[in-house]
Amino acid sequence: MGGSLLRASLFITCIADNFFPKVGDSVVKILRKNGVDLDFPKDQTCCGQPAFNAGYWDEAKDLAKGLIRTFEKSEYVVSPSGSCVAMIKHDYPQLFAGDQLWESRVKELVSKTYEFSQFLVNVLKIEDLGARQQVKVVYHPSCHATRIMEIHEEPIKLLHNVKELELLELPNADQCCGFGGTFSVKMAAVSEEIVEEKVRNILESGADIVTGTDLGCLMNIGGRLEHQGHSVQAIHIAQLLAEGMEA
Amino acid sequence: MTTLMNENFKKRIKFALHNKSMREAIKKATTILKNNRLKAAEEMGDWDEWRQRGKDIRSHVIANLDYYLKQFADNVRAKGGKVYYAGQAEDVIQVVMEIVNQHQAKTVAKSKSMISEEVHLNKALYDRGIEAIETDLAEYIIQLAEEPPSHIIVPAIHKNRNEIADLFSKEAGKEISSDTPSLNAFARKTLREKFLTADIGLTGCNFAIAETGSIVLVSNEGNGRMVSTLPKVHIVLMGMERIVPNFSDLEAVLNLLPRSATGQKYTSYTSIISGPSHPGELDGPEEMHVIIVDNGRTNLLGEKDFQEALRCIRCGACFNVCPVYRQIGGHAYGSVYGGPIGAVITPLLNNDLKNWGELPYASSLCAACSEACPVMIPLHELLVKLRYRRFKAGYTSSMEHMAFKVFRHYFGNPRRYRFAMKSGYYLQRPLMRGNHLEGGPTPLSGWTNSRYFPAVAQKPFRQRWDEIQKGSEER
Repeated sequence: MGGSLLRASLFITCIADNFFPKVGDSVVKILRKNGVDLDFPKDQTCCGQPAFNAGYWDEAKDLAKGLIRTFEKSEYVVSPSGSCVAMIKHDYPQLFAGDQLWESRVKELVSKTYEFSQFLVNVLKIEDLGARQQVKVVYHPSCHATRIMEIHEEPIKLLHNVKELELLELPNADQCCGFGGTFSVKMAAVSEEIVEEKVRNILESGADIVTGTDLGCLMNIGGRLEHQGHSVQAIHIAQLLAEGMEA
Repeated sequence: MTTLMNENFKKRIKFALHNKSMREAIKKATTILKNNRLKAAEEMGDWDEWRQRGKDIRSHVIANLDYYLKQFADNVRAKGGKVYYAGQAEDVIQVVMEIVNQHQAKTVAKSKSMISEEVHLNKALYDRGIEAIETDLAEYIIQLAEEPPSHIIVPAIHKNRNEIADLFSKEAGKEISSDTPSLNAFARKTLREKFLTADIGLTGCNFAIAETGSIVLVSNEGNGRMVSTLPKVHIVLMGMERIVPNFSDLEAVLNLLPRSATGQKYTSYTSIISGPSHPGELDGPEEMHVIIVDNGRTNLLGEKDFQEALRCIRCGACFNVCPVYRQIGGHAYGSVYGGPIGAVITPLLNNDLKNWGELPYASSLCAACSEACPVMIPLHELLVKLRYRRFKAGYTSSMEHMAFKVFRHYFGNPRRYRFAMKSGYYLQRPLMRGNHLEGGPTPLSGWTNSRYFPAVAQKPFRQRWDEIQKGSEER
């Protein structure tokens, strides 16, 4: 890669950090291979969405402030989650509305934060990672990624360019998987019925892998698939792409 | 009644999840309605511009409601109608009863009105010896079943044709077959007789036009037209926020309503009624009484966060895309208004987050409702704001608040966060089966009963990062 490198910071998200660290490895591999000078500010924890959605806004604010400080010096912030990025870009401004001390700092973070697939396709202008994977895949368009972040074509473009990857259609794709953060435990019985419907749609598609931009949903869907003894795997798009690339 | 309205929300949900035929009926119908809406919106083109226009019109009306209500009322009176303001449910019933008594009426033929459901008018009339006849087919079905509506557009959406045939057979005293022509024939014959003999006709009001004092009824069965034309007296129950300024604005909202509700370009009947019949006119009622109903709506007025919900044009699109409604149906909400809009407005209309405060949690916050709303009400955001308000009002459990305080304590500080996750790794061991967890205490068990939960990784990413860095430096 010639010229100066593009500098970006990775916001790993608490779910990926603790439950799916391989997704982090994959993001690093892909971004570095494509000329990004990536750093990882160690003070990051969680965006605060669980508290925000449950109505505990003071608690959410505290976590948000931590994240804002952590990425203050970053040029770009990239994260493998449409939902956590939506929290930053959509909910932080609401959370700090009228707060003169923080409003401008929020604005600054909002302007430089990107979801992983959007960063690749829209900022780096990369649609083909040169990956090869002989698998049948369905893409689950996560709710916050599509409806709030308006991520539609980016993941599809990336998947289309993986050689030998067969992208199948997911029936009722736009329907929520039933995760919803605390919803999944607070209304567990309803959440179960919703994810079961999602699982049936995935099985109907004939795919080996369900992929997407968000680990909350994939952990929910994958957890149900495995619990019911199905062999279909739920894998984050970064990991799926990285696994198809040469080391 | 078979809906456990008095039980708490959790029990009602559990009850609903066990009702297989209801859930199948709802899935089938809402999927069709949703697909019809998407198709209609696409054919229309510029759908989001139409939504924006609908939003602007309705926002403007709500922001200037006192002005438009006065204009509307003046124009109704000028056209020979009478206008009443009813603050609460009892007031609505009182006004209706005054009119009923004046005319010594025995029967009231009704077309669909959600306000009537809100104030439980049928029961109030029944208790006073007056027969209320629902002439909307679906309303008639649920009246026979003695159930509240489970959807604002399709009140009997939870019933399949066999259940309907059973209800009709019981009413007829003979077997009515479950095919559509037989069901229709029975309903038509029974209802038509009642139209012709009713003393009073009562309708709802989809829109009210301030500039002309007209009310607009949108229906597919024509019963609204009959109920507002045949009896000598016409009573209109109108939510105080139903107003549009003029005919040009009506065009915009009439483009949005049927498309959003059923995917139709327009419904079979759109009736615009301006006053009772005037001298020389061949038909129409002799009297028209418009009751403008508050019933909690002013609770939302002036509330920066929640006033937006008054824009609602009652199309039901949010019901048809809601993954929660799809599973539990309308009765589980326990309110006249279910679905996402019901979860928002029920606690507000009742000004009661103590008893209705659980409804806003009936959402995965997937935002499908906000996306479907033809007047761009940010429903999922309002649900979160209601949760915040409920916590502030002190109605969330102290355990829950404690949990989020603990969350802040550990996740609000990088060092404590690392410590918490490391502890988590060791604490999870008794539950670990391979790479996932099973069982565990609540609330974790809510998840693990039906799904595996991933185990905390031995080496979190932040630790791997150090190794990745070391590796790349060595290279």
